[in-house]
Amino acid sequence: MIAKEQQRPLASRETARGKVFDFRRQKLRTARVFLAPMILVLLCVAAWPLARTIYFSFTNTSLNDLYGGQWVGFDNYLNWRTLSSGRVIYRGTLVDPDWWNAVWNTFRFAIISVGFETVLGLMIALVLNAEFRGRGLVRAAILVPWAIPTIVSARLWGWMLHDQFGIINDMLLKLGLISEKIAWTASPDTAMIAVLIVDIWKTTPFMALLCLAGLQMIPRDIYEAARVDGVHPIKVFFYITLPLIRPALMVAVIFRLLDAMRIFDLIYVLTPNSTQTKTMSVIARENLIDFDKFAYGSAQSTLLFVIISLSVLLYIWLGRVDLTGERDR
Amino acid sequence: MMQPHTARKVLKTTLFYALVAVIVVVAIFPFYYAIITSFKTGTDLFRISYWPEQLDLSNYRNVLESSTFPRNLLNSVYVSSLTVLLSLVLAVTAAYALSRIRFRGRGLLLLTILGVSMFPQIAILAGLFELVRATGLYNTPYALVLSYLIFTLPFTVWVLTAFMRDLPVEIEEAAIMDGLKPWQTVVYVFLPLMWPATVTTGLLAFIGAWNEFLFALTFTSSASSRTVPVAIALFSGSTEFETPWGLIMAASVLVTVPLVALVLIFQRKIVAGLTAGGVKG
Amino acid sequence: MTQSRNSDIFCRTVALAALSVSTLASPALADVVTYVSGAPAKDIQVLKDIVKPWEEATGHTLEFTAMPASTTDSFGQYRLWLAAGNSDIDIYETDVIWAPQLADHFVDLSDAAADVAGTHFPSIIESQTVDGKLVALPLFTDAPALYYRKDLLEKHGAEVPATWEQLTATAQQIQTAERAAGHEDLWGFVWQGNAYEGLTCDGLEWVKSFGGGQIVEPDGTISVNNPHAVAALELAKTWIGTISPEGVLAYQEEDSRGVWQTGNAVFMRNWPYAYSLGDSDDSAVKGKFGVVPLPSGGSSDSSAATLGGWNLAVSKYSKNTEAAVSLALFLTSPEAQKRRALELSRLPTIVSLYDDADIDAQQPIIPKWKDIFLQAVPRPSAPTKSKYNEVSAKFWSAVHDTLSGNGSAAENLELLEIELEEIKGNGW
Repeated sequence: MIAKEQQRPLASRETARGKVFDFRRQKLRTARVFLAPMILVLLCVAAWPLARTIYFSFTNTSLNDLYGGQWVGFDNYLNWRTLSSGRVIYRGTLVDPDWWNAVWNTFRFAIISVGFETVLGLMIALVLNAEFRGRGLVRAAILVPWAIPTIVSARLWGWMLHDQFGIINDMLLKLGLISEKIAWTASPDTAMIAVLIVDIWKTTPFMALLCLAGLQMIPRDIYEAARVDGVHPIKVFFYITLPLIRPALMVAVIFRLLDAMRIFDLIYVLTPNSTQTKTMSVIARENLIDFDKFAYGSAQSTLLFVIISLSVLLYIWLGRVDLTGERDR
Repeated sequence: MMQPHTARKVLKTTLFYALVAVIVVVAIFPFYYAIITSFKTGTDLFRISYWPEQLDLSNYRNVLESSTFPRNLLNSVYVSSLTVLLSLVLAVTAAYALSRIRFRGRGLLLLTILGVSMFPQIAILAGLFELVRATGLYNTPYALVLSYLIFTLPFTVWVLTAFMRDLPVEIEEAAIMDGLKPWQTVVYVFLPLMWPATVTTGLLAFIGAWNEFLFALTFTSSASSRTVPVAIALFSGSTEFETPWGLIMAASVLVTVPLVALVLIFQRKIVAGLTAGGVKG
Repeated sequence: MTQSRNSDIFCRTVALAALSVSTLASPALADVVTYVSGAPAKDIQVLKDIVKPWEEATGHTLEFTAMPASTTDSFGQYRLWLAAGNSDIDIYETDVIWAPQLADHFVDLSDAAADVAGTHFPSIIESQTVDGKLVALPLFTDAPALYYRKDLLEKHGAEVPATWEQLTATAQQIQTAERAAGHEDLWGFVWQGNAYEGLTCDGLEWVKSFGGGQIVEPDGTISVNNPHAVAALELAKTWIGTISPEGVLAYQEEDSRGVWQTGNAVFMRNWPYAYSLGDSDDSAVKGKFGVVPLPSGGSSDSSAATLGGWNLAVSKYSKNTEAAVSLALFLTSPEAQKRRALELSRLPTIVSLYDDADIDAQQPIIPKWKDIFLQAVPRPSAPTKSKYNEVSAKFWSAVHDTLSGNGSAAENLELLEIELEEIKGNGW
């Protein structure tokens, strides 16, 4: 834009500069007008609940009396007492082994599930991007897992994975892959695998669809050119397709990562109390609602928020996600 | 010379279709199982079968005759559509500003928007409940629309920003040369090019809102204002420990079918892509 | 009170006028009492029927709000609603263990129920009384029993077991014999081993029936770490993979009923609901089973069944307290309980109903359950108050760990004792 302006004859340079300035100002005004409604709505909806949670985490509020909490500083996170013997006892979420177990479970779950979903989703998107008969139906079919409400699909899978009358065990037995019925959700060894299977099944369509949208936005002529030049399909994928859908893929991964790190309902339904699968959200809910530790649960939620932010920032930094889109200009 | 070539082609095609078949089977098998289960009642539910053995529609009849289920379905449609419409309108304009206009703090703003969806739902429930009651929206569909924006809005803004950024600069220049106002640029130039992304994002957000359970359970209290996932969770057996599997499965099938139809309707848009846009690369 | 009621009526009148629904003739002081419950559909139908005389007599109406059947789900919702002072709900149907945890939010019913409290089982009234405040009125009660297969026991010449040790031996014997005869899916004993509130019930029954106390005694002492309790858990541990499938560690009530009702179990521990379902036409065990009180164990000879059941509490934030209290009283009255017993086979909480001729004739299972119910043991919700859920979670985790071979019973109970001491702090 600016380059073009500069090519103009000298005489109009002065006015042109003014115009550029005006133009920029006008653009900024547009930005403000365009962003304002969205920001306003988000503020209205989210500011109060988020601020409340963070505030609660610094108080001793109980769910029996939401307005009677007193400020206790960082006690819910970490506090210590010196016993008469001189020994110091630490308490709080930061030294709670259950919490760190949940953090570990969450990371394990998030990394494995998002990893699988990305690869499988991309693969499915490539398949769906090819032209073949019945493509529309296939596309609708792969969306089915995502379309079934989680509370239903989690229970459906719980049913299918049941050790005695579950169809999965029956199938595996008939195929001779296992010799005796596996208690998928009960056994500590398989609980996480069961959760992963269901989550990957459920959310791969999300990934696939976003990747497909990315693929669809790549101009066809690029492929034409590559074909004419006789570039090997695998090379086309890595040097043309992947870089072009990278922005879409990165955003898809960020949102999957956010969801995976906050995973709640699936685990709550499938393996609610297994220490192998308890994630940060599950343990936070336990403290917030079930136990009389509302403030403690708020502190865990706030920590969860901090951990997710850090992970996303790390991901953005490591993955060189181009936030502003200025890098390649 | 020709023979091996065609043979390879046939093999390739076969492998490709086999792959498609595997994908489809894995994706819909549980749904298929749900359909089989929805035809069963009583002790049959505990018996494993691979094919539908009888076509007993009593579960469907029960679901549809349950006084509020059709109403719940309408509520879900209304709430999800309104949420998606609102998110898309807000997000398309915001995405234009975030992707096409250079200003300071753009990255930070994007991150802040993302931050909104970083809290676990259960943690913001108490604060959100206060908000909903304070605004007098309790037990109305608008309470749900409002709370769903928390997760649909960041998602739509981010995805649309990512897609819009990739569109070539030239189209915008052309629009400015033609003297279009910013909103006209968005509506007449960007939107048509963005169809695959907009429709996909809208669809994913729609399903997100359609399936949401926790907020819907907390912010509504009468049977007639509830949405489908809550209605399904409220199906109960004749005694408290009994799970009415047949009913739940029938209801799930009933709520999934409209979504599949939605995909079939919108899929032309999903694949329309840039091919139709006539943009010079 | 009058002030707010007047303004309420005013608002309503204005609203009515504005909507011009003037043709609807409604009595001057007609309130709508909102009743929230996760009860099954059939209960709700009966409820709507039972309430009619009350609606006619008072002019008030009942509005019903359904909740998920899962007690943990609805408990979370109720807590949140009550915490925010939600005035839209007047009556809550509460689990027997909730009273101490939610007591602050409910109206004291001792005066209103002064005349009738004595007619209920004292143990139930006691479980709903917190610091002298009657938090909720009992609606019906619940207690589990041992279901056994008459036909299989007869076939193999076995007695109905009176102790857990006998049960173990009998189950093993029949399971081995039947499997050898080709019934490969048969299991000896199914119960609820998932890590959830149900395991607290099962575990409490084993411990109590072995003479090992009830986790936390009524006076607040933590009693769970004792040799009887260790013996009880050690015995239960031997069941996993032998007479009970390994998957029992993920079973809840419905899972065990599934195995049982398809004819694949010799014994089952379950609540009364499984009785009528097991006797339905498509059941593989129809007419082939009986129920007895759960066995005892070790040197003890008393059995134990965990006390369940539901109650009605009136919200402190209700705008129609008077009408709500009157409804709660009406729904827990002998007439209402009797109808619930006849139509839903719900166990009454009023002592005299167990001698009622109609109930005996139409629901013979109810008098049968009286013996079981008399041995009912409460979960330690009263002494542990608002910390009950945490105590229960610690207990079921310790039991679940023991059962799944994660540490010995003695170790886990010792650890549990320390954890409970920590939760208790200076007092519950």
